[in-house]
Formats: sequence, structure tokens, C-alpha cells
Amino acid sequence: MSSLAVSDRPAAARAKVIQPAWVRIVHWINAVAMILMVMSGWQIYNASPLFDFRFSASITLGGWLGGALLWHFAAMWLLMVNGLVYLTLGFATGRFAKKLLPISAAGVISDTRAALTGKLSHDDLTRYNYVQKLLYAGIIVVGVVIVLSGLSIWKPVQLQYLTALFGGYDVARYVHFICMALIVAFLVIHVALALLVPKSLRAMIIGR
Amino acid sequence: MGRLRSLLIPGVDKRLLVRDAGNLMPDPTRRRFIAGGASLGALTLLTGCNVSDSFSAEEMLKKVSKFNDAVQAAIFNPYALAPTFPESAITKPFPFNAYYELDDAPEIDGKEWKFEVRGLVDNKKPWTLEELYKLPQVKQITRHICVEGWSAIGSWTGTPLRDFLKLVGADTRAKYCWFQCADSDGYNSPLDMETALHPQTQMTFKFADEILPRAYGYPMKIRVPTKLGFKNPKYVISMEVTNDYKGGYWEDQGYNSFSGS
Repeated sequence: MSSLAVSDRPAAARAKVIQPAWVRIVHWINAVAMILMVMSGWQIYNASPLFDFRFSASITLGGWLGGALLWHFAAMWLLMVNGLVYLTLGFATGRFAKKLLPISAAGVISDTRAALTGKLSHDDLTRYNYVQKLLYAGIIVVGVVIVLSGLSIWKPVQLQYLTALFGGYDVARYVHFICMALIVAFLVIHVALALLVPKSLRAMIIGR
Repeated sequence: MGRLRSLLIPGVDKRLLVRDAGNLMPDPTRRRFIAGGASLGALTLLTGCNVSDSFSAEEMLKKVSKFNDAVQAAIFNPYALAPTFPESAITKPFPFNAYYELDDAPEIDGKEWKFEVRGLVDNKKPWTLEELYKLPQVKQITRHICVEGWSAIGSWTGTPLRDFLKLVGADTRAKYCWFQCADSDGYNSPLDMETALHPQTQMTFKFADEILPRAYGYPMKIRVPTKLGFKNPKYVISMEVTNDYKGGYWEDQGYNSFSGS
């Protein structure tokens, strides 16, 4: 690097950008939208629980069912519009193909083993390892499924073919819940690892 | 301030006036709109946004809810029928659900009861149950979906509301059919005209081929399979065809007004 000519510096600086601005903006809008959706969703769940438990009022949003529904059906626009921007730009810029593919079973197994034995390198944040590729690609799919199952619960008559695709209204509720659980599990791992590798968090804030 | 002062009446104790006004306000326990300070506090911590001003958050959410009314009205397909089911799919027992216990549900004498028709209609004659029973009836087995999330499949028989609207000469260009009910606290709910004219929207007189039991709204409920349950009023006593949005029992407390399925 020390041999680089002065004129090459801007190019070098540009190359160092790990997370482009659009990714960072969309990421943090999504973070806010997801938290609003999950917390209001827990309050909605409490009105008619699918399982033998309720979420504590201290971690829910909206105060009661009506308030939670208002939050949920407001934040859904943020989530959907932002999500569509992310998917469009992800495909159009080639980011998905470049960053998330290919995913091989052998790669995932060897990287998981390396991660668990503390041997997985995070020196190059511009390249995702196979575990990251799998989780990031997977959570995009979960994100799409949670929106579609949500739409099929919201509009089981107008979007009845979508609802039928999920196996009917009652099954769609379970799908919606399971996707929420997967997202929360992802969030726990994602935040824990971001704190373990702080420069990755820095990259998602200032880009490098 | 000048306007406020002009509202005060000389010789009237301001404090008593405020107390009387307070008595006119609805039950505060049902007005816990965006309450739950703990949840809001948690949100503030998580997002770093200042949402402690719950009033403005509430106003913003109400505006989005109105926007959602318009979106739902736009995607409402008047020809899309709610899925129907075989008799074997009927949920047994079908749940009773209200903001009161079954013992407190209205007990209506079918011989005394009259269905009043008001507003933008040619014929405002009240209808007895006997007269209504003579109208042609159809049966539907559809899914009732509660705003709480649960659902149940039931069998409802009655007269399509659109047939009745035609019969009484209702102005179907009006915006709403506003229903009033016999429930304690005066349940009411507005139904947008497009939905009122939907082929499956029904003045229901029977549940599971039997005269509508007290639990499900005797003598008449409005069955709307394209709406959430709370938009399916029970113990109906009158209908007003109107262009004015008159609000509703749950709608006024924050449930989305269109609440289409």
C-alpha cells in the first residue's frame, strides 16, 4: 500500500468502502421497522395467543390491541417499502449475487466448524464467510415470507389465493409467528456478533 | 386564550364545569389508546427517537389508519367472494365474544322488536321480525375472523342486505349504512356502501339453521364475511343510510374503521 501513488488514493479509499450508503440507510430503516413490527406484533399476539404464553407488557408496543394494530399497520408500510427498495437494489446492483452466492454445504460446514473453534477470520469484512452468506440469504427469504404471510392474515378474502398458498388463515398465523421467531433469533446472533466484531458495526454506520 | 375566556359563562364555577365535562367523557379504561408508558419508554430507548410525546404519535397513527382505510377501499373487490366451507367445517361450539359476559347480552323480545330504517331511503317504515322473516333468505358457511386473531367457521342464514336496500329504496350512492344495536353502551358501527352491497353481506336471522340464539345476536345480526368480526354488529335495532361518518363503538377507540378481510 505504501507504494501507491498519490493519484491512486481516491480509488483506494473507494475500494475500502465495506457497506455502501444505500445499504446502510436501508439497514437502519429496516432495523427500526422490524423492532416496531415485532413489539406491536407481540401485543397483537397477546389478544389471542397461539401458544401457552403471553409476552410481557414491558416489551410490547401499543398498550392494548387497538394501539398495537395501529403501530403494526403503520410500520408495515415502512417495512414493505424499505424492503422493496432493498430487494430491487440488491438485485440491480448485483450485490446479492456477489455477496451472498454461491453458498455450498461444504463451505457452510467448514466455516461453522471454524467459527465454533474460534478460527474464523474477520479480517476482510467485504467478503462474507459461508455461515454469513447462509444466514443473510436465509433472513431475506424469511423477511419475504413474513410479509406474505402477514398480507394473507390481513386480507384473507381479497388475497385468498395467497392465504390458501399458506394452507389457510389459521396456518398463516403460525407461519407468521415462526418467521417472527426466526427473525428474533437472527437478531440476537446478529447483534451479539456485531458487538464481538465492532469494526463490522462501524462499517454499517460510517461505511468503512 | 381570548376564545377560551369567551366560552366561560359568568357565575358558573369553572371547576364544577370541568368536572361535569369530565363525567361526559367515555370510560377512561377503554381509552387506553397508546397507553403503556413502559412500552413507549422501551421504544424510546431502542430507537433513540423522541416518542414520549404520545399525543403526536397518536395523531400520526390515526392518519396512517385513515390512509389504510382508503387503501383497503381501493383494493376491495366487490365481486370477490369470501371462501365458503362444507357443513363439516363448522366450528363447534362457535365462540361467544363481546365486551361483556353472555349474561349481560341484550335480551330482546322478538314480538316487541322493530327494525328502524332511517336516512337516505324512500320507505322509512319500521320492520317487524315477522315481516323480515318473509323476505327471501340464503345460507352461507363462511369464516368469521376476529380482530384479536382467532377465527371460527359458522353457518348464517338471512336476507342479502343489498336486496333489502333495494326494497326500501335506499340511495346506494350514499357512503355508509350505519347500524345501531341494543348492546349496553349502545354498540354501533358504520359499513361502507360498497361492502353493504357485497353479495355475501347479510341480514342474518339464523345460525346453524336455527333461529339466531341470544349469544349470536337475536333477533338480527349483520353478517359481513369481508370484514373483521367487530364490523358484524349483533342485536341490530336500526340502520341509517348516510353520507356522514358517524363513528362506531370500537372504531372510535382506535380499531381501523374499514377493517376489511
